[in-house]
Amino acid sequence: MTTITPDLAHSGGVPVSAGDNYLTHGRGIASWIFTLDHKRIGVMYLVSVLSAFFLGGIFAMVIRTQLINPNGAIFTDQAHFRYYNEMFTLHGAVMIFLVLIPGIPGALGNFVLPIMLGAKDVAFPRLNLGSYYLYVSGALLAILAIVVGGVETGWTFYTPYSVTTDVDKLGLGKHAVEFMVFGVFLLGFSSIFTGMNFIVTMHKLRPPGMTWFRMPLFLWAIYATSIIQVLATPVLGITLLLLIAERTLKVGIFNPAYGGDPVLFQHFFWFYSHPAVYIMILPAMGIMSEVIATFSRKHIFGYKFIALSSIAIAIIGFLVWGHHMFPNGQSTMLATIFSFLTMAVAIPSAIKVWNWLATMYRGSIDLKTPMCYAMGFLFLFAIGGLTGVFLGTLSVDVHLHDTYFVVAHFHYVMFGGTMMGFLAGIHYWWPKITGKMYNETLGRIGCVLVFIGFNLTFFPQFIRARTACRGVMPRTCRSFIRITS
Amino acid sequence: MTTVAQESHEPHEHGNEEHLAHHWDTPKQQFDAGKLGIWLFLTTEILLFSGLFCAYSVYRANHPEVFEYAHLYLNKWLGAVNTIVLIFSSLTMAWGVRAAQLGQKKLLVTLLGITLACGGVFMCVKFVEYKDKWSHGTLWAGEYHPHVLPGGVTKADVFGPGGAAAATPTLPNAPATQKAFDGPIFEGSTVARAPAGPAGLSAAWVEKESAREEHLSVRDTERPWTGPVPKNTQIFFSIYFLMTGLHGLHVLAGMAVIGWIMLRASRGEFGPKYFNPVDFVGLYWHVVDIVWIFLFPLLYLIH
Repeated sequence: MTTITPDLAHSGGVPVSAGDNYLTHGRGIASWIFTLDHKRIGVMYLVSVLSAFFLGGIFAMVIRTQLINPNGAIFTDQAHFRYYNEMFTLHGAVMIFLVLIPGIPGALGNFVLPIMLGAKDVAFPRLNLGSYYLYVSGALLAILAIVVGGVETGWTFYTPYSVTTDVDKLGLGKHAVEFMVFGVFLLGFSSIFTGMNFIVTMHKLRPPGMTWFRMPLFLWAIYATSIIQVLATPVLGITLLLLIAERTLKVGIFNPAYGGDPVLFQHFFWFYSHPAVYIMILPAMGIMSEVIATFSRKHIFGYKFIALSSIAIAIIGFLVWGHHMFPNGQSTMLATIFSFLTMAVAIPSAIKVWNWLATMYRGSIDLKTPMCYAMGFLFLFAIGGLTGVFLGTLSVDVHLHDTYFVVAHFHYVMFGGTMMGFLAGIHYWWPKITGKMYNETLGRIGCVLVFIGFNLTFFPQFIRARTACRGVMPRTCRSFIRITS
Repeated sequence: MTTVAQESHEPHEHGNEEHLAHHWDTPKQQFDAGKLGIWLFLTTEILLFSGLFCAYSVYRANHPEVFEYAHLYLNKWLGAVNTIVLIFSSLTMAWGVRAAQLGQKKLLVTLLGITLACGGVFMCVKFVEYKDKWSHGTLWAGEYHPHVLPGGVTKADVFGPGGAAAATPTLPNAPATQKAFDGPIFEGSTVARAPAGPAGLSAAWVEKESAREEHLSVRDTERPWTGPVPKNTQIFFSIYFLMTGLHGLHVLAGMAVIGWIMLRASRGEFGPKYFNPVDFVGLYWHVVDIVWIFLFPLLYLIH
């Protein structure tokens, strides 16, 4: 066990005694819940995100267990299928809004960004804490939604189904979907405030000599992520407010019964939710750039290309949302343009992958746990990325839309990409965060188990898609209950 | 590492700067960062409204007749008064920032007070407008049961006090089966009148209809809309209430923060060295103002 060396610059110039660090400086619960220290907030995020990850994992286990048997292993009749729908809605919503989006920026970004930059803290420490509590409030509202009724709209909340569906378990009125949607609204603002904070920190708190092109690549990735968080999330915010208004007041903007247009909801939703997948993957790519260079014992290859490809992904990512709606009533011209732009995203992504490989080439590769996860990332992200090009191809997507192929692709990029990167980052910075070293052998065993288990779960889904198996339904390939896209 | 809660009790390298947080080197750096932060926040506010502007554009492009007809329900004079009030409040706000920079405490408090009062006047006028909509039944789609025509023409005006009940079919309740308004809607129709008599309409109906037309022709010059009432007019009112409602919430939030900095100003917290909150709240208020400057012509002044 080693102790983190106290850093004079971070104590406001006050000499600190040896052994005094951010973990021991203040004691008691209040010193944590009211802390404005970016490192403690980062640790609180880490604990919350991993708890949410565990919860989302339980929902995933229920889904897979149900599908063990073609007739459904847990929910066997029509009356209980709604619980299956609730499970995959919660799995999607928890994993996306509580884990993937806030995970790396909230936990690792908060912890290491000011340290890497050479700043004493993020620009707005109080806003940072507020952002964390918005996250907690959003999570609690989502749990409240499960308690009062349950949501079976799918994580996309597509109208008009999300306007009409609801149950009332506790006799409090049918408000489960409103709670869930408002929870996600708060989570969105948590994400916006984190992004704002990081952008201002990187603009205004770089010390002398820390020029833009001297910043570590993780910071470039966080910067690109923050731009998307600030510019895309407000659109989700208004979409969710409109959905709440749709349910409570019946404003009819998205409801065809009142002359509204459900496809407009899909446009609004994906205008955020496609850039959001880059909010999820870009920070993991930043971790890759750090980890691969460190454990190849080489300088990163193509620094500027990796830095600017993050920005390119952020920009192009705003212009591809229509590829989620190829079969949903979109002009062929528009669909063709979206298809082209979608494939354009592959270029900056591939630039990154080639640069990482070039960094490893002739490097002295040290297979420590973070590097094992990073290599897992390379393998899985290559599969996820390439199947993404298939799906971006207009004519192919029409056949693969809503099938398990999409499910497999998405999990290859989101788990194989983001979560592998997150795990690499947690191991990489673990000694910095806790002052203790993890067990290297157990770390490697964990990595191998995750890699094999993941492939066993998701690779078969690519093959099952050949039979046009729909992605979400309570009985394996028997019925065609289709809830979401 | 110190937490900021503890930090405020500990001396640090710039302990003489009262408002400088521990992680900034200079007040200018702190001010610049705050400015960038508030601009980013205002960008997100504009994007929040952009969804509604986008919905407005889509529905107006698809159904221009709905907007041309339904906007006649709005009182453009009240809208104009509100526009003037808000623009004036932006002036007092900007002047207030200047007063804060010059350390003119009394003037600052007065100007913030005027700005706050303007916000109050705006919300009062808004309340009057909403109350009119309420009494006319022209609310959002789910509550859209209009019983007044644009320009305040009521059924009694159209049918006369006696004939109203007899001549009034039931109003459409469910917009899914929305029928055209049963007022003077066929006047602009190019379809020829159905023949009366055994093969056509009953003589009694024709008689009533003629009486109605006669009454209408008297008031014809006062009616702003002579064409058929378009379908789906409820969409306009949904958009109207969503846009002005969200804007109204922002005005209320602005009034709350102006009240807060007014309190701080009266304690003498602002001066040439530290006026950041006044400046940032001012920027927010200008954005709230500018959103209204777009809303007013888009909703009230359609041609």
